[in-house]
Amino acid sequence: MSFLSRIMVVKSKAHFSAGGNRAPGAFEGTRKKKQSQTKSRLVIMMSAFVMAYGVIGGRLVQFGVTSPEEVSSIPPADRLMASRPDILDRNGEVLATDVRTVSLYAEPHKIVDVDEAVELLNSVLPDLDVKGTYKKLSSKSHFQWLRRQLTPKQQNQILALGIPGIGFRPEKRRFYPGGPTASHIIGHVNIDNRGIAGMEKYIDGQGLADLAAVGMTSNAPLEPVRLSIDLRVQNILREELVAAKDRYHALAAGGVVLNIHTGEVLAMASIPDYDPNNPVQALEKDNMNRMSAGTFEMGSTFKTFTTAMALDSGKVKLSDSFDARNSITIGGFTIHDFHAKHRILSVPEIFIYSSNVGTARMADLVGIEAHKHFLTRMGLLSRMQTELPEVATPTQPKVWKKINSITISFGHGVSTTPLQTAVAAAALMNGGKLIPPTFLPRTEEQADQVAEQVVKPSTVEDMKTLFRMNVTNGSGKSAEVPGFVVGGKTGTAEKVVNGRYSSDQRFNAFLSAFPIDKPEYIVLVVVDNPQPEKPGMGATAGSNAAPTVGKVISRTAALLGVKPKFGPDGNALLMSY
Amino acid sequence: MVSRAERGPIADWFWTIDRFFLATFILLMGIGFMLSFAASPAVAQRINLEPFFFVKRHAAFLLPGLALMVGLSFQTPRQVRRTAIILLLVSLAMMLLALFFGQEVKGARRWITLAGISIQPSEFMKPAFVVVCAWLFSEHARQPEIPGNLFAIILFGIVGALLVAQPDLGQTILTSAVWGGMFFMAGMPWLWIILLGSLGAGGFVAAYYVFPHVAGRVDRFLTGEGDTFQVDTAREAIIRGNWYGQGPGEGVVKRIIPDAHTDFIFSVAAEEFGILFCMALVAIFAFIVLRGLRHAFREQNDFNRFAVAGLVLQFGIQSMINIGVNLQLLPAKGMTLPLISYGGSSMLAICVTAGFILALTRHRPEKRALERSLFRVAQGVPAE
Repeated sequence: MSFLSRIMVVKSKAHFSAGGNRAPGAFEGTRKKKQSQTKSRLVIMMSAFVMAYGVIGGRLVQFGVTSPEEVSSIPPADRLMASRPDILDRNGEVLATDVRTVSLYAEPHKIVDVDEAVELLNSVLPDLDVKGTYKKLSSKSHFQWLRRQLTPKQQNQILALGIPGIGFRPEKRRFYPGGPTASHIIGHVNIDNRGIAGMEKYIDGQGLADLAAVGMTSNAPLEPVRLSIDLRVQNILREELVAAKDRYHALAAGGVVLNIHTGEVLAMASIPDYDPNNPVQALEKDNMNRMSAGTFEMGSTFKTFTTAMALDSGKVKLSDSFDARNSITIGGFTIHDFHAKHRILSVPEIFIYSSNVGTARMADLVGIEAHKHFLTRMGLLSRMQTELPEVATPTQPKVWKKINSITISFGHGVSTTPLQTAVAAAALMNGGKLIPPTFLPRTEEQADQVAEQVVKPSTVEDMKTLFRMNVTNGSGKSAEVPGFVVGGKTGTAEKVVNGRYSSDQRFNAFLSAFPIDKPEYIVLVVVDNPQPEKPGMGATAGSNAAPTVGKVISRTAALLGVKPKFGPDGNALLMSY
Repeated sequence: MVSRAERGPIADWFWTIDRFFLATFILLMGIGFMLSFAASPAVAQRINLEPFFFVKRHAAFLLPGLALMVGLSFQTPRQVRRTAIILLLVSLAMMLLALFFGQEVKGARRWITLAGISIQPSEFMKPAFVVVCAWLFSEHARQPEIPGNLFAIILFGIVGALLVAQPDLGQTILTSAVWGGMFFMAGMPWLWIILLGSLGAGGFVAAYYVFPHVAGRVDRFLTGEGDTFQVDTAREAIIRGNWYGQGPGEGVVKRIIPDAHTDFIFSVAAEEFGILFCMALVAIFAFIVLRGLRHAFREQNDFNRFAVAGLVLQFGIQSMINIGVNLQLLPAKGMTLPLISYGGSSMLAICVTAGFILALTRHRPEKRALERSLFRVAQGVPAE
């Protein structure tokens, strides 16, 4: 059997090599050699294929580990999710917070039917700019915002449309629960949640924006930022200012409550203001922050500094007197007194009667250079350093001549911001320390480190007396609040209209400190261009700015922790019912 | 189940066919049909056809293709050779006709219309060319005085010239690579390898300078600048799919990939079914190539060996070019993914390739006998 099979094998081999006319042995040899060569080359080819498929597999793994966001034409979600810290007032009340919304974007290169997409979107967003959207979607770009910050309802409706090539990005939107209450302090953000005004901008300037720019934003809640603002006081101040602007038919009104020992701003408002939730109003001309971003000739309130300067120089004492019998004529200008007494006035009389002539004589006594130097030391001539970005630089004459010194002594010729006027006044009430204002909480110890002694303590005592006298006997009577000893100085400046001082456009201010026996707070209220409340009534500071200060103090003193004092000698009365 | 005892052609086929090959081919065709649901509606909508236009056409070609593949797998190697010779002659003639009478599509004359059906004869030329070359190489190996290699070179020259004339550089490269691989296997001397290799490289350089669109594509691939929309979107689709895919029907990028149903079906598969699925797909192709080469390794008959190796080479290189373009490993080049992509001519032609592979890898009694005889020889014939 096996023999037979072997024969068959030989036969088949012979058949296989049919046509070969070589000797079978030789043929077998070449063939085997050929075969082994072919086999080794097949192995080479197999390895080549294994390698090639290996490369393909490796490439697939490489693609697999690539994050889909890397290739996406859409910016990574976390960059848009940029959180902002909440802003709180000094008591922890929320002034600004983040709310989650979604924004609609399109990837135009993926849109299949632009006409249909625009039509469908327009059905949900009737105010959609059809032409603009059509243009956006027809472009070859990879990413276009269509509508920022949709409501959840709009998002649902758009989702239901099922338009390919559009999508939603979660975003944070800033929300200000207080609306306009503290708008000028908090500021606002732009559509990308970047702070562009007020403390919002300040917070971004502290590194948040830099981090966001390099993509290091996080979705995690950030440590809230606490301000020095007291929302209750802020609300009262704003309310009173709104009322005052209305009552006195004024163009604008502003006010600030400042802690004299720490430099903290507890409240600051400028009316008209805007709602930071709809910041387009912020751009309206009248809505600027007059307290820090507006400069004004402060008028008679500036006599506070002239008097303080004279007393501090040692050349003038409270008991001294100056000749105020006649007007001063200098360089073609004549200086009058508004409440002219035509007699020799003592220093307190000059202050409470607000005598321009007397104040000018005091400044003249001190000298031009010393005058300029003193105002510089009080920080009234240079740009105030504080957290708010909206701070204006005061203006002063290029060269101080005698006429300049004289007019500046009663508040004309130098424009400065109301806020820094209040800050300088604080130095005259707190023992002589000039403390830069702050909108962040600060303790007295911290304040002492940045404080600068600018006047002598004895000057401070004299100034308190003068402030008080002006309220009890002078133009500030209407600021008196029973139980709270208020002291202050009025100022009614004539505004410059078309390069001339106008007699019917005023800028009124009342600069006050309370309780004046042991001052804690400066309250400054300015009223821009007030009209008589009723025809026939006055429109000087004593009749609008001063009563407004009185109202603010009476409503906020308790909140500010100032105890009322009743009774003839200022002690609290024991009452029993 | 067909009984082993039966000796009819069906039973013979059933018991001798390489079932792994058969299963993977049918599996690939099934996957291709499935993917056509993902890829082609978007393409159809883009050119204002009804969404399932290409899906239906795909199905319409799938069944004849399957029949063609199975039918061809019944053939003996000798019949395969004859079929291939006839097919080669016909397709070469048609390619020649297409050059003069074919309609020009995107600047190339590749198509010829016969009785209302558009045919791309170069697709059918490929498997036939491989089989005929295998025959020529094997004849030369059997009888060195027969100038089989010379004929093969001449044939390659003709085919190459026709392809370049169309022009169809992708097919030229593919055909050259397959032919080179077969020649290499058939024992091309190393000197020739270097010579032909440098000739091939020279051809590339020449193509770069002669055809502006080739230069553009190569430049874009090398520099990444210019209009890389196709490959960029393909990459985006793959990475968006990531490991597990977006899910069937969830693809978005697929809507904008040009030729999503043909050249870029792989990216669509990645977006919807994930990279792991694509890896499995690559593994199937690798399996077919390696199994084919293993068959060639074991094969005793030179013709069968060269033919099977050449056919799986064609199958494998075509798949690699397609996937390589999708993965941005190669410059953009239109090439279908065998058995997966949509395309009438290419699908039927690939079915011919698969049918030839199946026919040539069937277990044959003479093969077994030869194996045993060699085994015996190696053992030494026992003395009697």
